[in-house]
Amino acid sequence: MKILFFGIAKDIVGKSIVEFQNEILFPIKVGTLKADLINKYPALGDISSLAIALNSRYATDDMLVSQQDEIAIIPPVSGG
Amino acid sequence: MSFSRYDRQIILKEFGPKAQDKLASARVLVVGAGGLGTPVLQYLNAMGVGHLGIVDGDRVQASNLHRQVIFTEKQVGNYKVAAAKYFLQNQNSQTIIDTFCEFLNEKNAIELISSFDIVVDASDNFPTRYLVNDTCVILKKPFIYGALYGFEGQLSVFNYNEGPTYRCLFPTPPKADEIPNCDTQGVLGVLPGIIGNLQALEVIKLITGIGTSLSGKLLIFDALEQQYHQFHIHKKHENSQIYTLQKSYAIACAVPIHTIDAKTFLKLHQQEALQIIDVREPDEVKNAPFTGALNIPFQQLSENIKGEFLGTVVYFLCQSGVRSAKAIKQLQEHYPNTKFISLEGGFNALLTYEY
Repeated sequence: MKILFFGIAKDIVGKSIVEFQNEILFPIKVGTLKADLINKYPALGDISSLAIALNSRYATDDMLVSQQDEIAIIPPVSGG
Repeated sequence: MSFSRYDRQIILKEFGPKAQDKLASARVLVVGAGGLGTPVLQYLNAMGVGHLGIVDGDRVQASNLHRQVIFTEKQVGNYKVAAAKYFLQNQNSQTIIDTFCEFLNEKNAIELISSFDIVVDASDNFPTRYLVNDTCVILKKPFIYGALYGFEGQLSVFNYNEGPTYRCLFPTPPKADEIPNCDTQGVLGVLPGIIGNLQALEVIKLITGIGTSLSGKLLIFDALEQQYHQFHIHKKHENSQIYTLQKSYAIACAVPIHTIDAKTFLKLHQQEALQIIDVREPDEVKNAPFTGALNIPFQQLSENIKGEFLGTVVYFLCQSGVRSAKAIKQLQEHYPNTKFISLEGGFNALLTYEY
């Protein structure tokens, strides 16, 4: 599974793309994956609205992620 | 100058004179005449959108010029709406331009937005973005969203034809210190030009009906990799059930801190030994010292504050109460066992009690 990080999430993680293969037991719920990521990168937990996309579609916490899927972590941005 | 100035777009098969007529009778409000707003205005005006509104209470600063390319060095210090109108009227004298030299707020939003067909959210802060969203939902107006972070831009069309809104993407307003803005994070000059032009394109599509709008999709542009990502957003019906504006959009984004008024503070100070940190610069302290306070200038706080040094309650003061509040916002999450309290109004407030 590939995770794309955008905005401040990219800065927190330090990379725009991270591949996860063996660290995660698939299938995993979006909500559980989010909690695991916050555990790994605690600063992600400080973002009030963190949108998550599963295969380019806005995902809810109960959706299941499998090994071939692509996840995107999209924080809000305010600059103009 | 009649239609001939628009000839090159009128001869486009998919566009034609009908689309040009639609532009001429359209009314578009641009919220914010900054990095995003200025390219939006520049192109909508050039292409013949008949009626433009600009709302911004800010003045042109020298640090704007690298990305807000319609402003000139001579206009630094002038109000942005006036400087923008000057440029736009020279560019296209046919356009009717309404300027509102104020920031969009809870009091003026409904009235301002109700006289336009389409809104462009070219603001630079979360409170305004949620205010634009809620006002547009109440008034059933579509708005074109654009926002920047570093080398990235986000773009979408919200509240269009029963489509999703900004709250469907980000339901909860972030706190003020969560996400850095262009002032703190920086922005590459050309990036707002790219995102602003994409916003202008979405406005044109909505007015004329050509192509497919970005409604229901979020576009993220990565300038460093020259990549566009698109994500589908689902509509959540509860986000369309907004009937009145919130009393304050800034409060939703404010970081809560403890404060104390000057009178109570002075009384406490007489009664007991308080741990007080004065975050003013040494020069300021020399001119108006507060006896009993330890002076650590704001910029040096992070290297000079240690957990073991902090008591259970620590009072912070500065000249007016702004830096002390800012200091507490930075520190309190790192030291959860300490209660940080900011002196409201700072040293200035103490003076009214003849300290």
